[in-house]
Amino acid sequence: MTPFHLYMAQRLSALVMAPFVLVHLGVMIYAIQGGLTAAEILGRTQGSVFWFLFYGMFVVAVSIHAGLGLRVVLSEWAGLRGTALNALSGVIGFGLFALGARAVWAVTAGGV
Amino acid sequence: MSEREIISVTVQRGGPDTPQRLQVFEVPAFESQTVLDVVSWIQQNADPTLTYRFACRVGMCGSCAMMVNGVPRWTCRTHVNKVLNGGKIEIAPLRNLPVIKDLAADMDPFFDKWVAAEGRHHPTRSRDDDIAAINPEQPERVVASSGIECINCSICYSACDTVAGDPDYLGPAALQRAWTLYNDAKDADKDTILDAVSGKGGCHSCHSMGSCTAYCPNGLDPLSAIAGLKRATTQRFFKGRAK
Amino acid sequence: MKAVARAHPLWLAYILHRISGIGLALFLPVHFWVLSLALNNAAQLDAFLTLSDLPIVKLAETGLVFLLAVHMFGGLRLMALEWLPWNAAQKTWAAAATAGAFFISIIFLMQAI
Ligand code: SF4
Ligand code: SF4
Ligand code: FES
Repeated sequence: MTPFHLYMAQRLSALVMAPFVLVHLGVMIYAIQGGLTAAEILGRTQGSVFWFLFYGMFVVAVSIHAGLGLRVVLSEWAGLRGTALNALSGVIGFGLFALGARAVWAVTAGGV
Repeated sequence: MSEREIISVTVQRGGPDTPQRLQVFEVPAFESQTVLDVVSWIQQNADPTLTYRFACRVGMCGSCAMMVNGVPRWTCRTHVNKVLNGGKIEIAPLRNLPVIKDLAADMDPFFDKWVAAEGRHHPTRSRDDDIAAINPEQPERVVASSGIECINCSICYSACDTVAGDPDYLGPAALQRAWTLYNDAKDADKDTILDAVSGKGGCHSCHSMGSCTAYCPNGLDPLSAIAGLKRATTQRFFKGRAK
Repeated sequence: MKAVARAHPLWLAYILHRISGIGLALFLPVHFWVLSLALNNAAQLDAFLTLSDLPIVKLAETGLVFLLAVHMFGGLRLMALEWLPWNAAQKTWAAAATAGAFFISIIFLMQAI
């Protein structure tokens, strides 16, 4: 992984997310009209292959993107370098992925 | 100005061997006075031990840059009345570089990175060949020409927050130089240039904050030059290396 | 404050992008955790969601939507600046047009439902 590859991963994960974010914003604004309930959210997402793939890919992209983004911030603003930097940003990326994957599983497959 | 007005000038003193401290000088105001004039007045009339650097006094040599009220500027061409802040000025050595003493910053890292960014000529011909004719209107040449008036003042380097956070970052001037050579028909080694700017601290570390372009005293645009390098490296990634 | 001495529009865009990114990254684990409550504790999720009626939470939500929108448009602007060989004016217009289109569609969406 050269710095260039990290850069490409950062941009490509961002490009992948742009349409996801737009849909996510749209759904959010739609969903909060009249309050949020678990039943409403789950009714939309549970058992839906579409939402599973949608949020699944979203979570993969966001874990990469946030992991790499925080890596830069940790290096520039907290002075982390080398192994410490790689290890911590790796933990952040995989941690986000694990939490995100659990959430996607919960809202799309959980009740089935 | 009937009575000579007095400017209160705060100067950062000291260096690696002496503790840094701020010293205030009262300097008489003159007409068309530059910040460099102010510094010279202090050195000649108030404290001969004040260290600073200049050479041409006309904005050609790039040796007189300092932080003026927190902003990097070429002091020989910065008029006092443009930067005067309630009768006061703060002068410090250039940011992001080691201090030698007082207002003289150590430019070595700046020039070392210029070389590290492959900012050197890779000839296409030898001395036995004819000189290649270059059409100044050719698009690549126009791009290259837009970056060649750099005076190596390091103002962009001092303005850049990415340099501040990442000691490996090559910085705007060196990367702009690389982009200039990349677009030069007389340069034979484009791939080496792209390799040099793709490593640790290369062009991909730039966050496009544009402080380089905002403060370059010569109106150059390192921000766009670095974007050009990013574009060229990205294109090379998708298309594969040329030959 | 010396950093503020050097503030200018593109620099502010950079700071906004970085701060919004950090904010979103900090929010994500909480967001994921709340949603995964649906897995074995739907009642608790509902208890959580009723919080979203509180004005303070509404405000926070609005803040998050703002962060997300700002970060996305800031990022698209960045990629256009880096990858598209357009001139500065074209880029400003493109950014203004997308932002305009976005806000119009949001208003439309809020009217429609
Ligand atoms: S655009 Fe890049 S090089 Fe210029 S000041 Fe910003 S980070 Fe530094
Ligand atoms: S690009 Fe401008 S600010 Fe940077 S070193 Fe050259 S002349 Fe100075
Ligand atoms: S003294 Fe030469 S540029 Fe200022």
